[in-house]
Amino acid sequence: MSLPANLSLQQDFFRLFNLSSRFQIDSAALEQGYLALQEQVHPDKYSHLSEAERRLSMQWATRVNEGYQTLRNPLSRARYLLSLHGVDTQEDSNTAMPADFLMQQMEWREALEETRHTENSAALEELEQRVQHQTRLLQQQLAIDIDETHDYAAASGIVRKLKFLEKLAEEIGSAFDELDS
Amino acid sequence: MALLQIAEPGLSAAPHQHRLAVGIDLGTTNSLVATVRNGISTVLNDIHGCAILPSVVRYAADGSVQVGDAAQAMQSEDPHNTIVSVKRFMGRGLKDVGEVGNLPYRFVDAPGMLQLRTAAGVKSPVEVSAEILKVLRERAELSLGGELVGAVITVPAYFDDAQRQATKDAAKLAGINVLRLLNEPTAAAIAYGLDNAAEGVYAVYDLGGGTFDISILKLSRGVFEVLATNGDSALGGDDFDRRIYCWVLEQAGLSALSAQDTRLLLTHSRTAKEQLTEYPQTQITAVLSGGVVVDLTLTRDAFYEMTHNLVTRTLQATRRALRDAKLKVEDIKGTVMVGGSTRMPQVQLAVGEFFGQTPLNNLDPDKVVALGAAIQANVLAGNRSGDDWLLLDVIPLSLGIETMGGLVEKIMPRNSTIPSARAQEFTTYKDGQTAMSIHVVQGERELVSDCRSLAKFELRGIPPMVAGSARIRVTFQVDADGLLSVSAREMSSGVESHITVKPSYGLSDEEITRMLRDSAQHAREDMQARALREQQTEAAQLLEAVDSALQQDGDALLDAEAQKRIRTSMNALRAVVEGSDHVAIKRAVEALNAATTDFAQRRMDLSVKRALAGHKLSELEG
Repeated sequence: MSLPANLSLQQDFFRLFNLSSRFQIDSAALEQGYLALQEQVHPDKYSHLSEAERRLSMQWATRVNEGYQTLRNPLSRARYLLSLHGVDTQEDSNTAMPADFLMQQMEWREALEETRHTENSAALEELEQRVQHQTRLLQQQLAIDIDETHDYAAASGIVRKLKFLEKLAEEIGSAFDELDS
Repeated sequence: MALLQIAEPGLSAAPHQHRLAVGIDLGTTNSLVATVRNGISTVLNDIHGCAILPSVVRYAADGSVQVGDAAQAMQSEDPHNTIVSVKRFMGRGLKDVGEVGNLPYRFVDAPGMLQLRTAAGVKSPVEVSAEILKVLRERAELSLGGELVGAVITVPAYFDDAQRQATKDAAKLAGINVLRLLNEPTAAAIAYGLDNAAEGVYAVYDLGGGTFDISILKLSRGVFEVLATNGDSALGGDDFDRRIYCWVLEQAGLSALSAQDTRLLLTHSRTAKEQLTEYPQTQITAVLSGGVVVDLTLTRDAFYEMTHNLVTRTLQATRRALRDAKLKVEDIKGTVMVGGSTRMPQVQLAVGEFFGQTPLNNLDPDKVVALGAAIQANVLAGNRSGDDWLLLDVIPLSLGIETMGGLVEKIMPRNSTIPSARAQEFTTYKDGQTAMSIHVVQGERELVSDCRSLAKFELRGIPPMVAGSARIRVTFQVDADGLLSVSAREMSSGVESHITVKPSYGLSDEEITRMLRDSAQHAREDMQARALREQQTEAAQLLEAVDSALQQDGDALLDAEAQKRIRTSMNALRAVVEGSDHVAIKRAVEALNAATTDFAQRRMDLSVKRALAGHKLSELEG
């Protein structure tokens, strides 16, 4: 692709959707901004136009989708916001976790294995709810650390915890799939 | 003497022409073509007044090809050469097709996609599908009285990359410009949603002849957003037929049937299935070769019993789709039924019970996909503006690459909205490693061997470094057709490798050209004439697009000099477009494309600014 670097294609996602760079965002405004942008840039609007316009449209629509996905999910939004502040969340390199958090993770993973063996969908649902509850609590803490106290080191720690919970939630999803088949 | 007409400078000489575009439902059992006429989507009939074209192709030894009813009539008599339900073989290897033993074909295993040996030679499923598409294209051109600008071809939402690519190749082979590959349930949702001014979250349950899709869509004013999709690209009405067929074999104590008898009993099984939609029981009577008589009574209850787990499989996929959309059954406002197989009462009952409401059947389940595709084709061809809608679709299956130990690292998760791009960095395993093999797979399982292999390629020329210090960034890009291309780049040296995921399953452009050349109907002159017409159509479209762009934004975005440069390129194209040199037209098209790149960029920036200002384009213009 030999297009000249485009300033607006590379602007940060918050500016792209006309939002202020905070963890707490108005999700309705995000969705509204997303749809308004796609309405302008989506490839379906350009399919009868020149190749140059079709190519730009795909780049833009891709970028808008990426931005929407990044900001919509609280974990990726936090990670992105921290990276804008120059903070690396070290999710792969920093494996130090508080002991009580690790204990709880182990307990939940054992519970997951248990429900898999017994094919107990009620227990699986209960586990899912507990994980979701814990996720919400951590997200509330993230909002304070990022938006109010600007304690980005603490926020990075929460991001690493949330990453654990996200993986666990994915595995719970797979367990539901297995129960279904 | 008549006065010559000269248009005002800057204004298009001709009024906007209606561009001929169609929607094609390339189904397992039946295919249809539809178009928008006077604002209404209509299915196009053949010269006998028939809308439905059975997806059956028969090859004769003299090279002639029959498609549709004529071929279908011969399926029991000439089963080896009469290909039924070819869609099930698209983008599939022999090992992927489970029921090979029950099918009356002479399969040829080929890398990537299986092939079929017929009286007219070995045919790939892509070629067979192209025969069906050709008939529909000719029907449309005859009926509409002109060359098509392009077509929207529908595919099952759960089709993977290989199956989508095969479908696009078949269209190319049939001489069709593909405006878009559109997911079947999404096409149905367009037809349904626009007809009923529907708002809210809907489930589209699409059980066709050979495939099952479930899509969860959020419909709001002017937006069709697919939240999640799931399904089974090898589950459909054919499987219900086969259950009856197996039951007949068991009841009548038959085994090892000839190809003719197999096809005969499969046909009777299908008739019995259709009968049971109307009646509580049906009679299956057939005389096999050798005089064996089959005479059995099949009741609806027995049929429900033997197909119960097929219906259950569709509901399992439905549950997965709901979970991916993070929704509960109660969130679904309505269930739209699509595909001829949803006529079966046990399907209606099961879906009704699952969602706790009566499914919606107010559109013909056989036609709704083609009708929706035609509506979208009309938009994509540029026949509407201002009041059109936004369609946001997703990929059905996760995409990833093979890592150590035969494991899959997912790069793009299923249900990502397209177009989409994702990148991930990998590193070298050994000191001094200078090449890396990249194996692209699609599927949800953890092991490479359980997923579909899409392509393998190598990134060479990595500078020798200590293991783990090279950084190789692999980028997946999925376009609006749901088709993948992959690139890999070593970040410190900038060595790059790029692949459109085709080689292992799809056909290269050269292969398509060869097939076109080989086919008897396409003499060399035909090919050149077609190439010329295609170039002329493309040139005319481009000229019109640039012209209207200049009218809209030329003065606002470009100085006089820049406008003049574009006009010069346009004139150069106009000078050759009516000639017979398709290469010269192609060059002039490319030159005009290059000359408008900067303008296109400025227009896009303007569009984005308008979106950010919170206005719709239509408001600004109106």
